[in-house]
Amino acid sequence: MNYELVIGLETHVELSTESKIFCSCGGHSAANEPNDCVCPACSGMPGMLPVMNKRVIELAVTAGLMLNCEISRYTTFDKKNYYYPDLPCAYQITQLNHPICTNGCVTLKTSLGARDIRIKQIHMEEDAGKLVHGGKFSFVDFNRTSVPLIEIVTQPDFRSAEEVVTYLNKLKSMFRSGGISECEEGAMRCDVNISVRPEGSSEFGVRTEIKNMSSFDAIERAIKYEAQRHMDALEFDTEELVQETRRFDDVSGKTFAMRNKETEADYRYFPDANLMPIIIDDEWLEQIKANKPAAVDEKAEDYRAAGISDKEIDMLISNHKIAKLLDDIVAMGCNAKDGAAWILTDCAGILRKDGKTLGDLTITAEKLFAVTNMVDKGDINRNAGKKILIAVIEDDVDPVEYCKAQGLDKKVDTAMLGTVIDKVIAENTQSVTDYKNGKVKAIQALFGACMKELKGAGDPAAIKTLLEEKLK
Amino acid sequence: MNCYSVKLNGNIAVDDTILVKDVEATAGSKMLEGFKPLFSAEAVTRLENKGYKVAGKTHVGEFGLDLVGEFSHYAEKEDTLKGAAASLVAEGEVKAALGVDMNGSCRRAAALSGVDFLKATYGTVSRYGVISCAASGEQMGVYAKNAQGVKEIIEVIAGEDDKDGTCLKNQTYDYTIGDVQGKKVCIVKELLQKCDDAVKANVTAYADKLRKCGVEVEEISFDIFDTANTAWQILMTAETCNNVSRYDGVKYGHRAKQYKNIDELYVNSRTEGFNFLTKAVIMYGSDVLSKNRYADCYDKSLKVRRVIADKFAELMANYDAVLTPVCSKTAYERYDIKDAFVKVFEESVFTSLSNLIGTPAFVSGGVQLLGKAFGEATLLSLANAVERMGE
Repeated sequence: MNYELVIGLETHVELSTESKIFCSCGGHSAANEPNDCVCPACSGMPGMLPVMNKRVIELAVTAGLMLNCEISRYTTFDKKNYYYPDLPCAYQITQLNHPICTNGCVTLKTSLGARDIRIKQIHMEEDAGKLVHGGKFSFVDFNRTSVPLIEIVTQPDFRSAEEVVTYLNKLKSMFRSGGISECEEGAMRCDVNISVRPEGSSEFGVRTEIKNMSSFDAIERAIKYEAQRHMDALEFDTEELVQETRRFDDVSGKTFAMRNKETEADYRYFPDANLMPIIIDDEWLEQIKANKPAAVDEKAEDYRAAGISDKEIDMLISNHKIAKLLDDIVAMGCNAKDGAAWILTDCAGILRKDGKTLGDLTITAEKLFAVTNMVDKGDINRNAGKKILIAVIEDDVDPVEYCKAQGLDKKVDTAMLGTVIDKVIAENTQSVTDYKNGKVKAIQALFGACMKELKGAGDPAAIKTLLEEKLK
Repeated sequence: MNCYSVKLNGNIAVDDTILVKDVEATAGSKMLEGFKPLFSAEAVTRLENKGYKVAGKTHVGEFGLDLVGEFSHYAEKEDTLKGAAASLVAEGEVKAALGVDMNGSCRRAAALSGVDFLKATYGTVSRYGVISCAASGEQMGVYAKNAQGVKEIIEVIAGEDDKDGTCLKNQTYDYTIGDVQGKKVCIVKELLQKCDDAVKANVTAYADKLRKCGVEVEEISFDIFDTANTAWQILMTAETCNNVSRYDGVKYGHRAKQYKNIDELYVNSRTEGFNFLTKAVIMYGSDVLSKNRYADCYDKSLKVRRVIADKFAELMANYDAVLTPVCSKTAYERYDIKDAFVKVFEESVFTSLSNLIGTPAFVSGGVQLLGKAFGEATLLSLANAVERMGE
């Protein structure tokens, strides 16, 4: 018999905010030592109250807009009760009754063609801390406690492991380009709900949930293992399937049932009276929409249309800071393709010499545009532009002032050019002879000599044309 | 009588449910033994900035859940039947005191000690630095000898605080004590019926004094207090159960000496740390939040809260205040803690409504005046008029 796989996902994504969700502690990525980023609020001391981080709401709404969700105008927080040492208040603040986004949809393109995955909801919540086990004791580290998460819950719309991985990659690239999350190792965690049914059936099979996986590779292997286990049970009666929570063991590549105790808790959800309902009015929503980065596909299309290569598009899409820099200089009037070259080739090259990457780029859009604009207007040539760019990146100089100070902006008129070229022709008789005898390449030496004479100023194209004319 | 859990030197007593930086704060519970907070409550800081000084931390019943403070882990038994902070104010030991009004204990203590106590409209005073139990209805309140004394303190501590999301923003407060001529006050028949004769007589006498000040007083029937009480006890126990679950022996406070694993650490620490009343509240609160009961208990109470708020607002369209008893008797006797849950439940019928719907309540002369939201000035004025009569 042929079977169909039915999968739904719950994906937790850690948001890129400067502070935690309900206090002003920095995120755990800023921590060096355990309990570095901890205050009375996120360590569960009495007397402290949660205060909502507005940025979390904006990022959650942005994620919802990217996933075509309805944005709730009234959203509330609930408490989920359970005891665990890494949960200092013995409850997690999350959203049950009025999640921030609902009813979204994302289109996947896989080898099976384009398919829509429905998003049931996105809700905001706080992360738990972590336990470090050592010797006779276990230690609690609250650095990660109250780090903001969004949980994206899909409908059971996936039909293969491939689709799941495509979806996760898509989320990752969207969230990176949108500045929602860096999606680093461990910052994206998945619970996979999986069942198997005979092809053509509309009933769902017995569902199991595989908890807390973060590597896409593990997720894919877990799904394949679990699907096979279900199919074997249905086909050969190898075991009786029960609805349960399982964990994936990366070493053996198998899933195992978790203790019932961990899975059958009554979490006694109820509204958190310390956090007032959040109202998202038209003005705020419009503001978030206006700041929303273009959706990944849309954006890639725009870049492609501007003549930017696929390789460059990948680099831009995966780094929202760089994409924003390009968008900003384009908005100021720079040509998109040229802008991409300035950033991805020139800036990257300058950084590489110092052992840095584009992630380290700190140049402002204003300064970068000042450079590209001087080149575009013909005030300076591209080589001079690159010289200025090096000085801007390395010493943060003012491009226009630097250009003047270095004398790179000298206008070179045709008369002056003529004089220089005449001089070069007179002084390089060998190259002139070679050229006239058909060694076309010899012109390069003459051109180089002109540039040297002009100290990098002047429009290279004009110099070349004039040089060619004079050599006729 | 020893009212202090920690004695300092100053003029304002602070209940042990409120934090003062570096001073042990236990909320009367063994569970928080040795806990020293890293910061002071916002109200304490505001008072200190105005030159007031904390006289000490005053005993409270464990988490403020009992009648008047009789079940503190730290206080001597004979010292607690009138409330520690209220007693200090009555004796003139301190100018005023701060307490957390959560389930009536402060108001009852004030009534029995013969001092004034104001629980302001929900959201008036920052809850930053309150050892919180029932977030949706608790408010820090002020004990003082008279209405003028209460006014002096509430004016300092009221107002917006970024550290508490439930503290109202852009709200202005007016505690001006004014004329009461022509004000209208009602007495609720159903509440009087729950009291002994001495209490009834006290309420009647207070009504007569109000009349002498030119206030119109009439007795009415308004039978929502039992429903309000049941709803508040459900919400209060649920929220308390949740808020005290952080006291687990892992981070601070009491930790059992004997345990083999994390579950035993939790169970043993909490079994030893909490008193019988707190355990009863935890059990009750846990039950009303459970899957099977949530819709019928917790969720229904939230709906009742809205209905009662509407009904009370309707009543207050016709009256400036409601005059009620605070306790069913003029004094409490010592009793067994196993009876505490029921006893507190019964006595809270007089106080629960204002916690449930967040309206102000003012205790003076052993009686209570309930007002409409932000109607504190009227309550202070009425009490002040009666207090000034003898002068």
